[in-house]
Amino acid sequence: MSQARRSDWLFHAYMVVFLLYMLLPLVVMGGAAFNDSRFPSVYPWVGFTDRWFVELWNDGRLWGAFRNTLFVALAVVGLSIPIGTAAAILINSLSGAARSVLYGLMVAPVLTPGAVIGISTLLFWNKFSVPAGLHLSVLGQVSYIAAFVMLLVLARLQSFDRQLEEAALDLGASHAQVLRRILLPHLYPAIGAGAAIAFFQSIENFNTTLFTRGTYDTLTVYVFSKVRSGITPTINALALILISVTLACAICYEISRRRSEKRAARTAE
Amino acid sequence: MNDLLRRYGPVLSILFAALTAFWLLALVVLPDLYLFENSFRPYLPISEVGGPKDFYSFDNYLTFFHSPIHIQVFVWTIVYSTVVTVLCFVIAYPLAYYLSKVARSNLLPTLFLLILVPLWVSEVLRSFAWFIILALKGPLNILLLGIGVIDQPIRWLTGFRGVIIGLVYTYVLFMLFPLYNAIQSLDTNQIEAAEDLGSPWWRTHWRVILPHAKPGIASGSVMVFMLSAGSILVPTLLASTSSRWFTEIIQQWMFESQDWNTGSAYAFMLLLLCTIFVSVVMRLFRVKLSDIAK
Repeated sequence: MSQARRSDWLFHAYMVVFLLYMLLPLVVMGGAAFNDSRFPSVYPWVGFTDRWFVELWNDGRLWGAFRNTLFVALAVVGLSIPIGTAAAILINSLSGAARSVLYGLMVAPVLTPGAVIGISTLLFWNKFSVPAGLHLSVLGQVSYIAAFVMLLVLARLQSFDRQLEEAALDLGASHAQVLRRILLPHLYPAIGAGAAIAFFQSIENFNTTLFTRGTYDTLTVYVFSKVRSGITPTINALALILISVTLACAICYEISRRRSEKRAARTAE
Repeated sequence: MNDLLRRYGPVLSILFAALTAFWLLALVVLPDLYLFENSFRPYLPISEVGGPKDFYSFDNYLTFFHSPIHIQVFVWTIVYSTVVTVLCFVIAYPLAYYLSKVARSNLLPTLFLLILVPLWVSEVLRSFAWFIILALKGPLNILLLGIGVIDQPIRWLTGFRGVIIGLVYTYVLFMLFPLYNAIQSLDTNQIEAAEDLGSPWWRTHWRVILPHAKPGIASGSVMVFMLSAGSILVPTLLASTSSRWFTEIIQQWMFESQDWNTGSAYAFMLLLLCTIFVSVVMRLFRVKLSDIAK
């Protein structure tokens, strides 16, 4: 074991370097939001300013994009949760070749480039004279996000005791009651995690949305067009806000985790 | 299927099947088939669709094979996506090993939280951060000049350098997490046993840990390669005119030329490339699809 211990500090150092590598770009990006230079940069430092935040606040297009993003994300969650859950329950009751074929079809969208999903969705619905727009972005995103929900729920189903259902049916429960009172409560943690992942995946999505959005903006598309045409540090201001929100959520989560850990330790004593 | 009926009755079973069918048919299979069909049809004004000029041909694919530049871009996209995948593995492997076998377990949630923060900040902003860092007068050049590693500022954003740096930063975590999951399931006793038997550290990794991590390597590689080859943001922001990405050409067909048929032919080729890559990786690492999609 002494051999392992000697190399430990190397690992610690590597970990620290990696964390710096992951986090420093965010610091640079946030720092540029306060630089009073027309072009986003941290060097040369021209002076401290808050005008990029003011400009961001007054940017009407941004607020529109923000609303669109939320609308799409909620619609994606609303569709992919029932679809993913139903698909997981269905595939869990199958076996053999039918199961592997269906499983392959369900997983394939995760391994398909977003651009391909976007283009095929656009073409397919265009055939039925459905024009491009946010509704198509929702359908395109659901096609692969439902797979994440399916995988999460399927994993949770493995730990489900089927005899509970049998018992309930024997005691005269209806099928709907079995689903609502016994199966779904067991699946709620996975469904909750699926909803969170679906929401974040939707907000983050660019490739599929780019091809299906028509003339509508979402946040990522808006930022992208801003970055391509005449960059101003307003994007940095937006980035800093997003990073701060993320960090705040992360810190809250960490505090609540430590608290519940302490509580668990105390009850264990 | 009988099992499903017995437990949930006909109404719910049909509902489950209908939801799944809607997903797989209307959102996955039919759009892809339609994309495939369209890639063989000519690009025509609406009034001529279905007319005498509307017949199947390989013309859209021939456009690709008659264009040396497009072929070149396609090959570069494959080569550099592979380079990105390998780099991600090299960076992530020691870290995955550290997180699963060396780090103190009470530190882990905090470490993961810190690592995850950049993942939650959107991809476009991550690439944009590197756009600032890699600028000719940007922080990286200033730093390197300052410590005397270079005497001349480097033009990072010419060639594929910027793209590789951006893609590795954006997708390294998609390699780290599957690797971590795979190594974590290895019994630490096996590593200690190898050491007790006198195996040097590299042989322990080569013969014990790496073979065990195979499913993780496979799924990490598939994700990183697929995301890199299909990336639009990073190449558009961090590449120059001399280093174009295949997705940018697809985008040109779709939006600038408005030629959706040639666009779908090119999109289909990208899909084919990713499918081939997944099959090769599954064969090489002898893993199943269910090992990759976790």
